[in-house]
Amino acid sequence: MKSLKDLEEIRKRTLDTINLRKDQSGTRIVVGMATCGIAAGARPVLLAIMDEVEKNELADVIVAQTGCIGMCRLEPIVEVYRPGEEKVTYVKMNPSKAKRVINEHVMQGKVVQEYTIGAEEK
Amino acid sequence: MKMYRSHIMICRGTGCTSSSSEQIAQEFEKQLKAHGLDQEVIVERTGCFGLCALGPIVIIYPEAAFYSLVKPEDVEEIVKEHLVKGRVVKRLLYAETIEEDRIKSLNQVNFYKKQVRVALRNCGIINPENIDEYIAFDGYKALAKCLTELKPEEVIDIVKRSGLRGRGGAGFPTGMKWEFAAKAQGDMKYVCCNADEGDPGAFMDRSILEGDPHSVLEAMTIAGYAIGGNQGYIYVRAEYPIAVKRLSIAINQAREYGLLGKNILGTGFDFDIELRLGAGAFVCGEETALIASIEGQRGMPRPRPPFPANKGVFGKPTLLNNVETYANICPIINNGPEWFASMGTEKSKGTKVFALGGKINHTGLVEIPMGTTMREIIYEIGGGCPNGKKFKAAQTGGPSGGCIPADKIDVPIDYETLTALGSMMGSGGLIVMDEDNCMVDIAKFFLEFTVDESCGKCTPCREGTKRMLEILEKITKGKGEEGDIEKLETLAHNIKASALCALGQTAPNPVLSTLRYFRDEYEAHVRDKKCPAGACQALLQFKIAEDICKACGICAKQCPVSAISGKPKTPYVIDQNKCIKCGACMDKCPFKAISRG
Repeated sequence: MKSLKDLEEIRKRTLDTINLRKDQSGTRIVVGMATCGIAAGARPVLLAIMDEVEKNELADVIVAQTGCIGMCRLEPIVEVYRPGEEKVTYVKMNPSKAKRVINEHVMQGKVVQEYTIGAEEK
Repeated sequence: MKMYRSHIMICRGTGCTSSSSEQIAQEFEKQLKAHGLDQEVIVERTGCFGLCALGPIVIIYPEAAFYSLVKPEDVEEIVKEHLVKGRVVKRLLYAETIEEDRIKSLNQVNFYKKQVRVALRNCGIINPENIDEYIAFDGYKALAKCLTELKPEEVIDIVKRSGLRGRGGAGFPTGMKWEFAAKAQGDMKYVCCNADEGDPGAFMDRSILEGDPHSVLEAMTIAGYAIGGNQGYIYVRAEYPIAVKRLSIAINQAREYGLLGKNILGTGFDFDIELRLGAGAFVCGEETALIASIEGQRGMPRPRPPFPANKGVFGKPTLLNNVETYANICPIINNGPEWFASMGTEKSKGTKVFALGGKINHTGLVEIPMGTTMREIIYEIGGGCPNGKKFKAAQTGGPSGGCIPADKIDVPIDYETLTALGSMMGSGGLIVMDEDNCMVDIAKFFLEFTVDESCGKCTPCREGTKRMLEILEKITKGKGEEGDIEKLETLAHNIKASALCALGQTAPNPVLSTLRYFRDEYEAHVRDKKCPAGACQALLQFKIAEDICKACGICAKQCPVSAISGKPKTPYVIDQNKCIKCGACMDKCPFKAISRG
């Protein structure tokens, strides 16, 4: 038999996983997944991001994908949209870089400058 | 539950299922696996989204991309493009959801814009076979609140203050019904749910049971607590196999979680629910007949009083509400009665689900606040009549209701206005008719239904409706005589006054309301032997205009009964005795020489 506390736990746990069906207000993480992105290794990056989001129980974060942004030489590209902030574009990503972006940028709001397109283009 | 980055919601309501949505779901699962996406993307089977005309419907989150009329062979493209590469397949999107190349939010689409989904809140959003998803969207919160914070009287008071009225047809105040059952004396009380949806064209109860079965179970348990009952029955038609299956799954899951059974949530309150399958008799939707059927008796009504609140199932006090009524209860408890009462009109609060059918573009289920006008439902939500035809009338309330003519289209819809117009809310079937529909024929259709479904217990309904039908058949065959219309009226009034149950008392309504607004059509049938809408076959005559006919002979070749004859250079003629009025000749004539009248 479930208690009231159990119900609340089921509610919270399930909501984390199906929240993306409701109207979104939180952070969007978009991974470029056109042919160029996939060839450069976007899929492991995407999986690492999902893994990290799940591990940290980030309920208000959605992970999406998009097509080619046009800078194929800089793939895999990940863009982070935090509500009310400028979009940040990260380039030449890999799974470990992606984890750092989640931990520092998405969770704490600190942009990882060295991975951004601005740092790359200097 | 594992986290997935994308959810594919596939409608598994009856409508989409009959156009192979299960096959589509399986194809998605296969393709996801083939593309190595089965760990990131999940396929969920849900209830009805309402826009049945465009089914099968697939919605992919987080983009909320609304794919319509999907075929199994489209699935590979959606997976390859949308899910692998993140490019939405525009060709398959519901056209109205695209604006300047961007996907609009569903709330901005005409079909959904004016809707307020209370009873249908979870339909299409959750997987109805997973209790956790129901719990996630505030499921069983209302029950927990009632059992731990509220006294039974307080629960009844909340329902009373919300202004909720029965959604099954008559519109009796729900809170009062609960109060009567609570005050009735008895060692055992029952809570029943009327899911014997029988009106031709109405399918909201089925959709709720298929898409959100727990909302009904939870509300019935709350009702049990409020009136002091421990046993519930859901009387559902056996013709709703998907609803029956999902209800059975839901009941088992609720029992497993201890949300049904003994000592619910550790509060000491016991309540359990069983299903009773009906064999599909329309009369079993009438409360006393339904109760007889639950008891194992033949489903026939009995006179009231005593009312079920005092003497219902097995002679014990019984509360009986309709599916949609129950579906409103939990949001009322969670959001407060004031929230519910803030929607709707003075005497009709909240929202109502309508099943749009007939000559309308967006066939489907819509939930709108009471007081919305027929024009908003038919033109803004429903997209108007197909092929640019003119709207003639809308039929509400099924065989117990009546027609609302085009000139009353701006009347706000609630219980009182519909009754004043000679129709009724009924369960919410809304059948749209255009200029090609003959109102005498419509009245005949509904009367045929009632004659078929009359249980035969009382004479006015058994014999009276049969006699009315005979007169209507005479009229539509061109054999009507002076005095027939008056005879129909006398019979109608007598049946209304003397039939035993609501089915018989309301059976003449379709005739009375069409007579009220379209008497001229009846008169044209009787006096001129003409059907102005051109729907009554016996009154039709196809004719070839001599001056237009070029004697090409195409019509004669088309005629399936060789009723057309002629020779080169002389106009062709139709032998009226042989003609079966199929209209094939008229469709094929290249010179439009053939007319119907």
